[in-house]
Amino acid sequence: MTEFLQQLINGLAFGSILALIALGYTMVYGILRFINFAHGDVFMLGAFAGFYLAPKIAVVLPLPSIAGAFVVLGISMAVCAALGVLIERFAYRPLRKRPKLTVLITAIGVSLFLEYAGQFFFGAAPKKFPDILPVLPITKIGGLSLNSNQIIVLAVTLILLLALRFIVMKTRIGTAMRAVSFNPEAAALMGVNTDVVISFTFALGSALAAAAGILWAINYPSIDPLMGILPGLKAFVAAVLGGIGNLPGAALGGIIIGVTETLVSGYISSTYRDAIAFAVLILILLVKPSGLLGKKEIEKV
Amino acid sequence: MKIWPGQFLAAAAGAVLLAGCNQSASPGAGGDTIKIGEFASLTGSEATFGQSSHRGTQLAIDELNAGGGVLGKKIQLLTEDNQSQAGQSATVVRKLISSDGVAAILGEVASSRSLEAAPICQQNKVPMISPSSTNPKVTETGDYIFRVCFIDPFQGTVMANFARQTLKLQNVAVLKDVKSDYSLGLAKFFKEGVAAGGGRLAAEQNYSGGDKDFNAQLTAIKAANPDGIFVPGYYTEVGLIALQAKQLGITVPIFGGDGWESSSLVTIGGAALEGDYFSTHFSPEDTAPAVQNFVKSYQAKFNETPDAMAALGYDSAMMLADAMKKAGATDGAKVRDALAAEKNFPGVTGTITMDAHRDASKPAVILEIKNGAFKYVETVAP
Repeated sequence: MTEFLQQLINGLAFGSILALIALGYTMVYGILRFINFAHGDVFMLGAFAGFYLAPKIAVVLPLPSIAGAFVVLGISMAVCAALGVLIERFAYRPLRKRPKLTVLITAIGVSLFLEYAGQFFFGAAPKKFPDILPVLPITKIGGLSLNSNQIIVLAVTLILLLALRFIVMKTRIGTAMRAVSFNPEAAALMGVNTDVVISFTFALGSALAAAAGILWAINYPSIDPLMGILPGLKAFVAAVLGGIGNLPGAALGGIIIGVTETLVSGYISSTYRDAIAFAVLILILLVKPSGLLGKKEIEKV
Repeated sequence: MKIWPGQFLAAAAGAVLLAGCNQSASPGAGGDTIKIGEFASLTGSEATFGQSSHRGTQLAIDELNAGGGVLGKKIQLLTEDNQSQAGQSATVVRKLISSDGVAAILGEVASSRSLEAAPICQQNKVPMISPSSTNPKVTETGDYIFRVCFIDPFQGTVMANFARQTLKLQNVAVLKDVKSDYSLGLAKFFKEGVAAGGGRLAAEQNYSGGDKDFNAQLTAIKAANPDGIFVPGYYTEVGLIALQAKQLGITVPIFGGDGWESSSLVTIGGAALEGDYFSTHFSPEDTAPAVQNFVKSYQAKFNETPDAMAALGYDSAMMLADAMKKAGATDGAKVRDALAAEKNFPGVTGTITMDAHRDASKPAVILEIKNGAFKYVETVAP
């Protein structure tokens, strides 16, 4: 039982990082109806932003410290938000009126560009992510080992999810986002500036990916320019699983994939980990093609 | 490294020009140089291994050339990077053999990548010496494939004996990389060694090279309550595994093979690796004069202490040169025969004798990680 609970905690920590990445996929899909395949690489850039920022921050604030870690997290999120806006402005916006397939292929191009530019500028060899967070002694609750990093991952994810929910549901820009997602033409006619809304969506999604990158690097402190590929793919699967375009769905999908993978590795075999996670996806989509929380779209004739 | 593309282009151009008139001459011996090809993981996940190995090889070639070269000719080393990626080694080795016309091939550290290159060298009858691929299958490819390191059965067995006799462990767990032939080979012989010594296998878990999260496997291992964990992997994953094991409250020693040997291991794993052990080929703390001379000239050239990969890279090039001298030619078949006959070759990684399987028979060293440095524990003879 203790082992099962421990595996569950491992899975939740891993899954919540996937959830943060999945939100970016699902938000962009909700607004633009296309998959931003470069999103996993923005996650990688978030980790590298933290890698290069940490020594600079350490001059002003002592590191490792909680305050310092949050400053690194905040600035990396801001850097990636700006990058996300730039990517949308220069790679996707010129193609907005073209077929969706064109944009999709461009997204794959942007993804490859970021990966190989990363290898060129950062070097291909894995780098050690600096210790930005103090590692507290292991907390033991009835045989369960909770490490401070896992608690931070869960806490930061929860705070970011609540913040995202607030932005989308309670603010003007969030209302505009929902309007554009519902019907871009009608929203534009009502005076919503769709360009601003789309830029904001990319900024928000990229900031969440950066946060995921930093949390990932704190837990698994070996980072390299290709680190975004697999988590990006799994987060995309999580978004589809939860119902693409649906925000709580993406978070739920991330957690399901994370927990499934951990339980399969722990109890069956890590060799079948990915195979079983994808089998779960296929099963859920067979029963509910629009994903767990996705709404059925009515085909207009 | 910066001049590399230029050298490479010049060599390729030379090979094209010579191609017409070079048919009957010994391969790689056109003009007044002997061309030797090297393929290495200079970038990518095992880059620090590739870099070390390459530096050791380069040092040997420089020393040979400074001493007048081999058979009166200078040696030209052509180095190709396979980026630590599957599929790349075959491509670059084919290129070294067919378009550069090298006399012999040196490489690789990782067994899976040596296994890609070995059949190509065998088909073309070009002798290949792997500096540090320890999987038995590498030299089983054919009679042109050699190595200057010991093989997995020996390393797995040494660590099993070390765990049983020195650490007095009864109940060990194994965490292996299912994607790597090297890791599977070590794990197999370790398990056999433990069983032969009367020990018990508490748990066996797998991961895939490139994984970052090992919490699930480690939690399952922790539940089995072993008194030691054998992790025959490479340093990138081992560092993360040690970190996550400590975070889960696992305190038993973790130990592995020469895949651990890299300064990046401690950079990533840090204090979590204290008191852990691994077997390897070489220790710069060895007081033998040959070792100390090598350490001194390596430090002078690269401003760092050589590791095992550097020492093996050095030995692979030195042994090839020795075989060429003994053969009196660079012809593939003659060099092959000379290599197969090498006996008590004084390498910096110990005295090397080629056995009937073209594997080196030589001693192993066990190191402990103490205060972030690798400390010599004991030497185990074959």
